[in-house]
Amino acid sequence: MLTWLDTLLQGVMLGGLYALFAMGLSLMFGVMRLVNVAHGDFVILTAFAGFVVVDTLHLHPFAAMLVVVPLAFGVGYAVQHGVLTRTIGRDPLPSLVVTFGISIIIQNLLLEIFSADTRSIRAGGLETQSLPVGGGLAVGWLPLMIFVSALVITALFQWFFDRTRLGRAFRATSDDHEAAALVGVDNRRVYALATAIAVGILGVAGIFHGMRTTIAPGDGPAQLIYAFEAVIIGGMGSFWGTFAGGVILGVAQSIGFRADPGWGILIGHVVFIAVLLFKPNGLFPKTR
Amino acid sequence: MQATDTHPNSAPEFRVERATRASRTTLAAGAALLALLSSMPLWADSSWLRQFTEFACLLVMAQMWNLLGGYGGMVSIGQQAFIGVGGYALIVLGNFLGLNPFLCIPIAGLVAAVVAIPTSQIVFRLQGGYFAIGTWAMAEIYRLVVANISAVGGGSGTSFTALYGIARSTRESLTFWIAVVAVFGSIALVYLLLRSRLGLALTAIRDSEVASESQGIDVRRTKFLVYVMAAFGFGVAGALYFLNNLRISPDAAFGVHWSPVVIFMVIIGGLGTIEGPLIGAALYFAMSKIFSDYGAWYLIALGLIAVVVTIKFPKGIWGFVEQRWDLRCFPVQRRLRS
Repeated sequence: MLTWLDTLLQGVMLGGLYALFAMGLSLMFGVMRLVNVAHGDFVILTAFAGFVVVDTLHLHPFAAMLVVVPLAFGVGYAVQHGVLTRTIGRDPLPSLVVTFGISIIIQNLLLEIFSADTRSIRAGGLETQSLPVGGGLAVGWLPLMIFVSALVITALFQWFFDRTRLGRAFRATSDDHEAAALVGVDNRRVYALATAIAVGILGVAGIFHGMRTTIAPGDGPAQLIYAFEAVIIGGMGSFWGTFAGGVILGVAQSIGFRADPGWGILIGHVVFIAVLLFKPNGLFPKTR
Repeated sequence: MQATDTHPNSAPEFRVERATRASRTTLAAGAALLALLSSMPLWADSSWLRQFTEFACLLVMAQMWNLLGGYGGMVSIGQQAFIGVGGYALIVLGNFLGLNPFLCIPIAGLVAAVVAIPTSQIVFRLQGGYFAIGTWAMAEIYRLVVANISAVGGGSGTSFTALYGIARSTRESLTFWIAVVAVFGSIALVYLLLRSRLGLALTAIRDSEVASESQGIDVRRTKFLVYVMAAFGFGVAGALYFLNNLRISPDAAFGVHWSPVVIFMVIIGGLGTIEGPLIGAALYFAMSKIFSDYGAWYLIALGLIAVVVTIKFPKGIWGFVEQRWDLRCFPVQRRLRS
């Protein structure tokens, strides 16, 4: 019983990380109907950026986030403004091919620079410390921090989208970009900011990922698929839905791993398929 | 009552053009090429036969992806699901059921088509970009399932042992001939399909799903048929590839490394034409032989080319040729000429 409770708890914590991965994917699709195939590779790219910053500047990983997040924000803005905006249209093919191309470029550049060796970001002992939560259960400090960050970022996203002026511009562009342009929204700027935010929070997610586990240049695609499954399970149009989707995916994988190490990821996929078959709009859909 | 002066014949006469001089030339050249290729096992070096078979697999994949993405509007980055199913069907049918290894190739295609039926029920619930990632997730699922089956070697894969006892020259010639049939068959399939009623329906769907639905086209059924046919083609190509390779593993068969290759060929050559994938496959094959030693840099260059071509030259090489010289080797449209 205790082991299952523990499994559940670890799964929820892992789900927080998936929610962090998924938030940007959900935002970009919501605003531009654009699916960024390179999203997972941006996770790994920021993780490597964090690794380099920690390694060369001897910063704590949390301080490194202060460097990597603005960098990632800038990269997101530049990629959207310089390249992706030209692919947005009714036909999804150009944006898919271009982001897929970017994905291949990032993976192979990382491979060329860092080789295929796995690395991990040292967190000064934080990785191994845990907090007893009673009943013989304990939760690691790092997973807990990841989970709480995911909660905070989700709340910020939802607030930003619902309550701020820029959030309103995002929603207007999402509903009808031509009408939004008519009332004075600069769509190109909105798109660039959406991607900048989506990639920017990966600065947090990537460094957490690099602290929690090992990273290698080819790890991006798997993270993309987890982020995607979290979005689909949660249902489109609400960030809390995406958060819940991440948690459900994390719990499913965690239970799978406990049952058989070869099944962990697969059980997550099974939950994804089940949701698509029985609740094709996701568990918590809300049309934006 | 006095008839007006207009003569019914005064309007210029139009006729519907369905064949061009280029298309007749292509047909003749194709027949000559088929005859030449068929005789190759009699005189060519066995390494040529193997190389051609590898090229044939790529070409069939490019044609099928173009049918799916270029004509069917379904952008998939998960067709490796059916490459893998085809490859593993070959292993299971040949190694375990003892079927004739060469007969296994079309059957493997059928197995892939059958697997595509439930797969489509899942991925068709997703639209646009999410459809693309959904197909990829399905391929990952099949990879993980196969990697957990120890009878086919689990994660490390297995060899195709059904060929033991067949003379090498027989094996190479038969594999090559199957490759030739696959190449000509895939082109003929797409060509005839697009000139048929289904082809008209596909073109209409590509232009507007809503309008074609209102004209009585069953959009979902049409897309389903195309998806299953493309799966058949990828299954055949996958089986042929691993018949040529003799060894299979879940990563080699279901790996996402197939997708950039296939998409690259179609995008460079020209999406939505039959000539495009042909040119793209030839170009990719030549490039991979010349530059593959450069490893990561080579792949970076492929990625860059795909990005630039998509943005700057969305019609690819053949799109340029078609516009510049009005050349149509495989006319699938009906054109009015006066």
